[in-house]
Amino acid sequence: MDILVILQAGVASGTVLLFATLGGILNERSGVQNLGMEGMMLMGAVTAMLVTVNVGSPWLGILAGILAGGLLSLIHAFICITLQADQVVSGLALTFLGTGLSLVMGEGLSKAGAISLMPVITIPLLTKIPILGPVFFTNQSILVYLGYILTPLASYYIYKTRPGMHLRAVGEYPAAADALGISVYGLRYLYTFIGGLFAGLAGGTISLAISPGWFSDLTTAGQGWIAIGLIIFAQWDPMRGAMGAYMFGALRRLILDIQGPTRLFGLANPFYYNPYLGFFLQMIPYAFTIIVLIIGSQEANRKRLGTPAALNIPFIRGQRG
Amino acid sequence: MSETSSLPSAAPRRKLPFSVVVEPRLEETPKWLPVVVSLFAVVVALLIGALVLAFAGSDPWKSYAGIGKAAFGSWGQFSDTMVKAIPLMLVGLACSVAFRMRIWNIGAEGQFFIGAFFASSVVLIPILPGDTPRWLFILTMALAGIIGGALWGFIPGFLRAKFNVNEVITTLMLNYIAVAWNNFFIFAIWTEGGFQMSKMFPKNAWLPRLADMAAQVPFFRGMTTHLGLIFAIIAAAIVWFILYRSKWGYEIRLIGDNPRAAEYAGIPIKRNIIFVMMVSGALAGLAGMSEITGVVHRLQGSISPGYGFTGIIIAWLAKLNPFVVIIVSILFGALILAGREIQPSGIPKLIQGIILVCLIASDFLLRYRIRIIRRSEVE
Repeated sequence: MDILVILQAGVASGTVLLFATLGGILNERSGVQNLGMEGMMLMGAVTAMLVTVNVGSPWLGILAGILAGGLLSLIHAFICITLQADQVVSGLALTFLGTGLSLVMGEGLSKAGAISLMPVITIPLLTKIPILGPVFFTNQSILVYLGYILTPLASYYIYKTRPGMHLRAVGEYPAAADALGISVYGLRYLYTFIGGLFAGLAGGTISLAISPGWFSDLTTAGQGWIAIGLIIFAQWDPMRGAMGAYMFGALRRLILDIQGPTRLFGLANPFYYNPYLGFFLQMIPYAFTIIVLIIGSQEANRKRLGTPAALNIPFIRGQRG
Repeated sequence: MSETSSLPSAAPRRKLPFSVVVEPRLEETPKWLPVVVSLFAVVVALLIGALVLAFAGSDPWKSYAGIGKAAFGSWGQFSDTMVKAIPLMLVGLACSVAFRMRIWNIGAEGQFFIGAFFASSVVLIPILPGDTPRWLFILTMALAGIIGGALWGFIPGFLRAKFNVNEVITTLMLNYIAVAWNNFFIFAIWTEGGFQMSKMFPKNAWLPRLADMAAQVPFFRGMTTHLGLIFAIIAAAIVWFILYRSKWGYEIRLIGDNPRAAEYAGIPIKRNIIFVMMVSGALAGLAGMSEITGVVHRLQGSISPGYGFTGIIIAWLAKLNPFVVIIVSILFGALILAGREIQPSGIPKLIQGIILVCLIASDFLLRYRIRIIRRSEVE
């Protein structure tokens, strides 16, 4: 059990959560919550895999996966923004729909055998940096590097650019944004779609890079929901989201690796000698999500900021905002 | 509310000889409208489902007819449908109670598993010896299931009330934890000869079935519908009474409709969140108990094809009305029973998803009316 190996694999598996969390942050910043994350990720994963199997190019596969997540999110956008329905229920419905649809599409896909994956690369100079080099810049999928780029980009976009300001305005005080001539409906549609694209990317990242293959709804195993928890923990901030995502990735990896060695900290490793204890290890990410949520919610209560003020509230033009 | 509509998609079209206007309903909606709209939504959902089936390469009408025949073709098959419907009824009630207060308990699945675990522990620890009289066994196991489910509902309720933690995510996370918890016990502690299941419960711990009375009533021969059905109907009556005839139910409905007004009225919201989550969990736990003691007769891994999630759709389709939940559950029981034979295997889940999407979308028709106005009338 090498700590650097765990961290390196943690960054890789955290990338899935990172994409989902980033998409969710952009999505929720506009005032629309999408609990359909799990469904969109499954759609992304299965579509990416299907296209790769049939066309042979993982690049086209990941693109198709991204698009599949986006298309599914448009259903949510239509129901919540145009039809002003409850976002919680609509998001749940989207999860059911995405799960069912991906199961139908993925029928027989688990027997597809080896497929070509997204390329794995090492960055020449950066890999020499002690600790950080082997963890972040050695033998990582190209999608992991995409995560390094997208995180600061999203942060810059939200806080420092004009469209980013519009995004925040629409999520905080849509009536005022509307008075300024910003299209509330348009932007909410746009960011819900973007959230879907990111979720599709997260799904494709699973099936084409991190844990390749299609394992029906176990492909995501609740990661979509963990990501929704991470959004709250991150206080809708991309950098904090990345921190949380990588932390969870490392945790997932640690749980797998801790069952390997016969001795742990100089003592007999209970997880090695009694593999059934692994069921308790399986609970850890989910229990940890709850703990992280408690921390995030406490902080939100104390600071009275973070949560976009108009989150979950449908905007009806002409009605008191 | 403004008089005219300003929905983004509802701008009157200029070129057509008529215009479509969407306007809010100002008067009270007539009683029949929600029923008609819901039925309409289900029909649309089934049509979309038919398209998907056709796309997947099977004959949709044959599939639908197959579902109907496999679920309602004979009294025996109807009895099997009821067996699937019983846990759905209880879980649907669990969701209805919570949703009425706008508490999103998505954790019925986990509460179902923990209820099953608690009920099983009565036999497997064992708390009661194997020759305990049947009525005492059933009573104790039902109580255990209720306590287990309530406990699993208490956790997210408490976190929501105390720390304002989003209950959607906590209940979901607890589902995964509940399944892993159960797995540990069926793999490691109560395993029967290395299989991933416990030993069979003694016959006194089984819920009575219709077939048990076949000696007196030959018609019941082979029918597996069990006492859980009575549990579900009693539970529906109790839930209805609590929600619509008690002071507590008034509080629950007021918090659901207008939490701020409820707060000003001095209703203890936090306490109600915890209690409602516990009642909701208890109902789901009872569902787990009835499935374990009425159908499976042992603790094992695959005791639920996602009952807890189907319960959400049932509650929504029933408009949270306890008695309608009972009826709707039978239809979904049919879908689950007959759906096992449909290929590809994801189709029943997909149809459930489509139904929920159409239902939510159709609620729009309850709040707005769509009128088609001929241009000549306007000018």
